[in-house]
Amino acid sequence: MPLEMSLLTLEARATPSVSAAWLSPLLALTLTAITGAAIFLIMGKSPGIALYIYFVEPLTSWSGLSEVLVKAGPLILIGVGLSIGFRAGIWNIGAEGQFIAGALLGSAPAIFFYESVNPLILPLMMLLGILGGMGWAAIPAILKARFNANEILVSLMLVYVAELLLIHLVQGPWRNPQGWGFPGTRMFPDAALLPVFFAGYRIHLGTIIAIVVPLLVWFALAKTQFGFQIQVFGSAPLAARHAGIGEKRMIWVTLMIGGGLAGLAGVIEASSTIGQLVPKISPGYGFTAIIVAFLGRLHPVGALLAGIAIAVTYIGGEGAQISAGLPKAVTGLFQGIILFYLLAFDLLTRYRLTRITISKNAT
Amino acid sequence: MIPALLELRGIQKIFPGCIANDDIDLTIAPGEIHALLGENGAGKSTLVKMIYGVLRPDQGEILWRGKSVQIDNPASARALGIGMVFQHFSLFESMTTLENVALALPAQNLDLLRAQLEKTANEYGLKLHPDRYVYDLSMGERQRIEIVRCLLQDPKLIILDEPTSVLTPQESDVLFETLRKLVSEGRSILYISHKLEEVRALCGQATILRGGKRVDNCVPAEETAQSLAEKMIGRRVEPLQNREASILKQKRLIVSNLSKRSDELHGTDIQDVTFTVHAGEILGIAGIAGNGQTELMAALTGETGPPQSGSIEIETQDVTAMTPMDRRQLGAVFVPEERIGQAAVSNLSLVQNSFLTAGKRMGFVSAGIIDWSAVGAYTGHILDRFDVRATGQNALASSLSGGNLQKFIVGREILQAPQLIVVSQPTWGVDAGAAAAIHEQIQELVANGAGALVISQDLDEIFSLCDRIAVISQGRLSTPRPAAEITTEAVGLLMGASNHASGDVLANA
Repeated sequence: MPLEMSLLTLEARATPSVSAAWLSPLLALTLTAITGAAIFLIMGKSPGIALYIYFVEPLTSWSGLSEVLVKAGPLILIGVGLSIGFRAGIWNIGAEGQFIAGALLGSAPAIFFYESVNPLILPLMMLLGILGGMGWAAIPAILKARFNANEILVSLMLVYVAELLLIHLVQGPWRNPQGWGFPGTRMFPDAALLPVFFAGYRIHLGTIIAIVVPLLVWFALAKTQFGFQIQVFGSAPLAARHAGIGEKRMIWVTLMIGGGLAGLAGVIEASSTIGQLVPKISPGYGFTAIIVAFLGRLHPVGALLAGIAIAVTYIGGEGAQISAGLPKAVTGLFQGIILFYLLAFDLLTRYRLTRITISKNAT
Repeated sequence: MIPALLELRGIQKIFPGCIANDDIDLTIAPGEIHALLGENGAGKSTLVKMIYGVLRPDQGEILWRGKSVQIDNPASARALGIGMVFQHFSLFESMTTLENVALALPAQNLDLLRAQLEKTANEYGLKLHPDRYVYDLSMGERQRIEIVRCLLQDPKLIILDEPTSVLTPQESDVLFETLRKLVSEGRSILYISHKLEEVRALCGQATILRGGKRVDNCVPAEETAQSLAEKMIGRRVEPLQNREASILKQKRLIVSNLSKRSDELHGTDIQDVTFTVHAGEILGIAGIAGNGQTELMAALTGETGPPQSGSIEIETQDVTAMTPMDRRQLGAVFVPEERIGQAAVSNLSLVQNSFLTAGKRMGFVSAGIIDWSAVGAYTGHILDRFDVRATGQNALASSLSGGNLQKFIVGREILQAPQLIVVSQPTWGVDAGAAAAIHEQIQELVANGAGALVISQDLDEIFSLCDRIAVISQGRLSTPRPAAEITTEAVGLLMGASNHASGDVLANA
């Protein structure tokens, strides 16, 4: 007896449209706002006011804008680094760990020479921050290049190692002797803090670096042989091999760039807004930057814009806690919803849903 | 009058952007071997898929023994009595012959099936060992499994898709005997091929497709290969000019005792391969797919790392440990078998694909920065010189037809003015016009003093193009011999040689 079944299936589109690829982040943000409104309604809040606090209010004042840019800094730096790796098909998920490792190594001079007035301490810290992030990323790099170990798992697990190392140091050997027992290092000397530019606003040198780096990376990806190799390696590994683009070299280079930028973001964060090492130096920047990379279409300038957009939800979230009494978890909720919609739209730009009928002859 | 076994009337199938089949009629009589001829992209596969129930026609009618039928899926095609042997086998390599046959049939007793399998195999002269593992079998043996599997379902119509493309000439002869036996029992065969001589010898009727339309119906025996080719292509075909070989003393490529293990599971290891390519000569390597050609190519380009033993010299420099880029810098270029994904990247433009292998050698990079306008000029030159039909330099590689993409890839390499060109399957799946152009370009390069190594499964190509010929079988290479001194039969024997005795067969031939 023939049995008829109707199923939904995904069918690849012949030509995925380029404009749709850039439209999907915008659509995702729009739908996130609509979904957010529904959630606020269920929570008994006025959706209009809540959405305003979240998405608009941070952009209505100079201080709000300044806060958004400061918050966007680490997201942009990490997001740009991850974009390069993701383009090459190297899935570094452990930027959070590399961020912490960079903050740890980069802060060491400020902690050991806490009375230093030498202006060279800051460049030294930045350099050590980059090296710290690279060193942490070198572990998945060497394991993947030598033993083909999965970089997703290795880099992710190292996040927890880095977090525990940070907690150990700030509660133990590096704890501030004058800190009344609170976990945290000494406050950094002024020479080890990144300069700010406008009195009353927190925008600092690190924020400027975060805006310049994506532009440099954009140039490098578009114009240099290195950028071309990344693109080929990511989309056709066999063609890359045929053309003599070494696999091990690509693994190393992309992980070093991703780790280095995450480490730089880490030391910038420690030596600017915080001014010391504390157990919680990151509100999950390394993970949120994965959303930034995809929302920015793995394009460096895209990561710049996406970093700012995500930063708005952080700052809006803080405002909402204060003025509307909304829980902090809503920020994470928004970020998750954005990624969810984005991935859905990306799937639908490349595939279409079709209904098929399967008839099965019972034999 | 006996009704036709299968009749197609006005079949149409439209895919987004192209009409794959347009108003096609086809009639197959009982006991007939019917050829379906056409170039790649003519619509043969689409038509066959509709007969076998993989696709459904948008318009038109299918009649089976005079009655209109709807074929929903391969199971209902098989229920009618239609069987198919695909070009790409669907066999599990890590299972035995018997297990593979059992998988395709309704569950039953294995001992019973073994007896049935042996009986059917003997009846039709298909030598098979039920307990051997598939990875250990030649392409010809694998094909026999597919045929037996098909025959066990007692089909009235058997569809064969390019069955001889994986066979030696001797194996092909055995297959033809089997096919003649099948039709003598009143079964019919729909035979898809582009090997015109075998169609002339074997098939009683032929339907020729071109650009999705049926252009002619003829009796192949009454035609010449030339006239059939012209019907397929739609214009005159010029035969390849014979070239006066002037082999020079200078050595472009020297491979000595090369052994390299395959990276792939069940791949073929290269064993003790030795040959030399001189300036001004085309050396041909014949062989059935999967006998180490891919591994040999990769060892020559250097993309899979250094070999276990032996050496490779390009322009008398030892390159055994060199990277692909360094080998190219010495004047060698390579055209691998896989066009999309290896020779070219599908989602990159032609300009970007030009840069892929020509970038360093042609000096398009300075201080790490790519001079894209110079690459663009080079790409324009390729498109002009090699008559590549594309919407422009910025067209994606994936938008080109197989033949055009191959012309582009060959052009990209030849315009680098190499001293040595290594080409694998230069015209596989390429239409006759483009194939002739590619052959001409290789000949011209060699006439100007380069050396060429051509690895091909197509014996006609090997014999018409090459000055010396060697055969690769199970990873070993026979001693190269001048083309004038060996016969197709001798090469065929070497291709099928399972227990290799180096050049002995040729020496005695």
